[in-house]
Amino acid sequence: MSAESVSGAPSWTKPRARGVSGGASATGADVTWSLSAESAHGASRLATASPGGIARELEAPVAGPGAGGGRGAAAPGRRRGIRFRGLGLPVYTALALLFLLIPIAYTFVFSFNNSGKLNIAWQGFTLDKWTNVCAAQGVCEAFANSILVGVVATVLATALGTAIAIALVRYRFRARSAISLLLFLPMATPEVVLGAGLAAQFLSLGVNKGLATIIIAHTMFCISFVVVTVKARVASLDPALEEAGRDLYGSPVAVFWRITFPLLLPGIAAAALLSFALSFDDFIITNFNSGAVDTFPKFIYIAAARGIPAEANVVASAVFILAIVIVVVAQVTRAARAARLARLRG
Amino acid sequence: MAAGTFAEKGADLELVGITKTFPGFTAIRSLDLFIPAGSFFALLGPSGCGKTTTLRLVAGLEEPTAGRIVIGGKDVTSTKSFQRPVNTVFQSYALFPHMSVLENVAFGLRRRGIASPLEKAHEALRLVELDHLAARRPAQLSGGQQQRVALARAVVNRPALLLLDEPLGALDLKLRRQMQLELKDIQTEVGLTFLHVTHDQEEAMTMADTIAVMNRGEIEQMGAPEELYELPRTAFVANFLGQSNLFTGEVVSSTPDALTVASAGQQLVIPSARAPRRSGTVTVGVRPEKLLLLTAPPAAPSSGVNVLGPGRVIDVSFSGVSTQYTIAVPGIGDVIVFAQNMVFGPVVHVGAEVWVSWNVEHGFGLEDSPAEAAAGVADAASAAGADGDVATSALTTVKA
Repeated sequence: MSAESVSGAPSWTKPRARGVSGGASATGADVTWSLSAESAHGASRLATASPGGIARELEAPVAGPGAGGGRGAAAPGRRRGIRFRGLGLPVYTALALLFLLIPIAYTFVFSFNNSGKLNIAWQGFTLDKWTNVCAAQGVCEAFANSILVGVVATVLATALGTAIAIALVRYRFRARSAISLLLFLPMATPEVVLGAGLAAQFLSLGVNKGLATIIIAHTMFCISFVVVTVKARVASLDPALEEAGRDLYGSPVAVFWRITFPLLLPGIAAAALLSFALSFDDFIITNFNSGAVDTFPKFIYIAAARGIPAEANVVASAVFILAIVIVVVAQVTRAARAARLARLRG
Repeated sequence: MAAGTFAEKGADLELVGITKTFPGFTAIRSLDLFIPAGSFFALLGPSGCGKTTTLRLVAGLEEPTAGRIVIGGKDVTSTKSFQRPVNTVFQSYALFPHMSVLENVAFGLRRRGIASPLEKAHEALRLVELDHLAARRPAQLSGGQQQRVALARAVVNRPALLLLDEPLGALDLKLRRQMQLELKDIQTEVGLTFLHVTHDQEEAMTMADTIAVMNRGEIEQMGAPEELYELPRTAFVANFLGQSNLFTGEVVSSTPDALTVASAGQQLVIPSARAPRRSGTVTVGVRPEKLLLLTAPPAAPSSGVNVLGPGRVIDVSFSGVSTQYTIAVPGIGDVIVFAQNMVFGPVVHVGAEVWVSWNVEHGFGLEDSPAEAAAGVADAASAAGADGDVATSALTTVKA
């Protein structure tokens, strides 16, 4: 599937690639592909083909004839080609954005719906759901469970994954490359397979499913993502810095905490955020290994059968807004720091 | 070293039978070395000769395959890097990017729990004249400033032994000259033992009391800069430390005072005291600046002077203080002459017929011949990859 959707992908994400030869646009597509892989929280989801499939359906009809028609018309009358581009691309872009944003907008707007049990038809504006979010049964418990699982699994996966990443980059040992490869497997395996496989192990061991089993499951699939993220950072860390630390009377512990760790911190923080997002968002593996415990995604899935309470929309919107705020703050501080550095240098 | 105290003064370093092998090649072969306390010692050699490995062994960043490392009379072979009274100025400086300049300098003091580390760090920064930049991050400094911070960070610990790993390599020529003098000043001022690793022969000669020229994991020759320059014992040293004209021939007569060597029909005399080999095939060398360029054959062959010629000037290159003439002498090869620019412009031009002469006492004999050494240089060059310095030294070796 990848080859097909890859060649279709760049036409609208990188409109300029149209005039370029096929080879170049395929490389451009590789970039878009890996980027979307990260934003879609992992390869396992991609392997189930949903985002790729949607993207292909979206792009194929417009990108193919659109590009071809534009080029064909360009030779006899340049105007027509330009007019087509001038109109078609913005409309198409707007439609694509609309398509992407409708579910988010719906969730946000309906968090203000003055609904009863069912939150499907608009009943009027209210702030009650925001001020009294724990009113609906189970919403806050599920949310708290998700936070707890997310935090614990993130801490465990980040600590273990960071240690693995450092070992894989800094030390030479037997089966090193084999381990590197094996760590990719959980990312490539479909989640249903992971979830079912783990559930079977818990069953045969006679472990009662609950928060602990969810945490174990989440830690398992998060480790791979942490290793991949932190490994890149470790590889870019100059070993001479740690040598200088040792040379300056730093014991191995002191060198790790004062030099290695602070320098890896951006990578570790990124890995932790990714882990938390993956854990908070996970439904499939959780559903197999949670027993009677509800996490937020599981709660919504079950509630969807009889109408999701507006309080769930409130929680979802709040999480969304929080994520946006974090991203904006991070970007602004980074830009400010870059500007300060540039001023000092200049 | 006990925590919380400074070394009173530099300590001496002794390497006994050090060997270091990496998978596939031997970096150092049974190396013995003694560096007295308080001296400025330079390890000079081309890339891949084992000098940096030697330094890393002393610092404790590598473990020797065999041999002992003794610092100040104490065997430190089995101790870890952070337990040794040694500090290093790294080639890449290795300043901690996430700390201020001041915290960088105070790092070693803090690790050893020395009282008032920030005050001492400021003091060290004043020594390298960078105290006003103490609050900056290393990334906000120029290369020369970073180098001085790296130096302050090492010196502030008053190590018994300071290791310098080509710290001036990244600086431009003018800054390097200035830093060389500053380094030498600091060394005299604080009285530490400096072990300096470099491939820059000029740097080694300006700064060091003693130079050891390394090649292929072994020390070829060791001594004061003047001694090494005036009386190199091997073709490698003769060409790595400055340039040399080398002539190989058979000994035709020898007296207790002088040795006469016939090379391509020309008779060359050297003092016996300056010739380690006194029979068979001997290589005679002379430095290019010792040569005199003559536009006419010398009137009468006088004793005490060697004359080569006639030859033809094939290249003249002007370099400010001196002019370098390359002269092709039939049967001998190319001879290089450095002449002081006492007059305006070159004395002779390309194509001119000339003779060269030098005083007998300026010549020296070698233990080996350029052919033997060339093999070694080729080895070193292939081990080091395409390195400019190796390439030039190989170029100057393969002649005569």
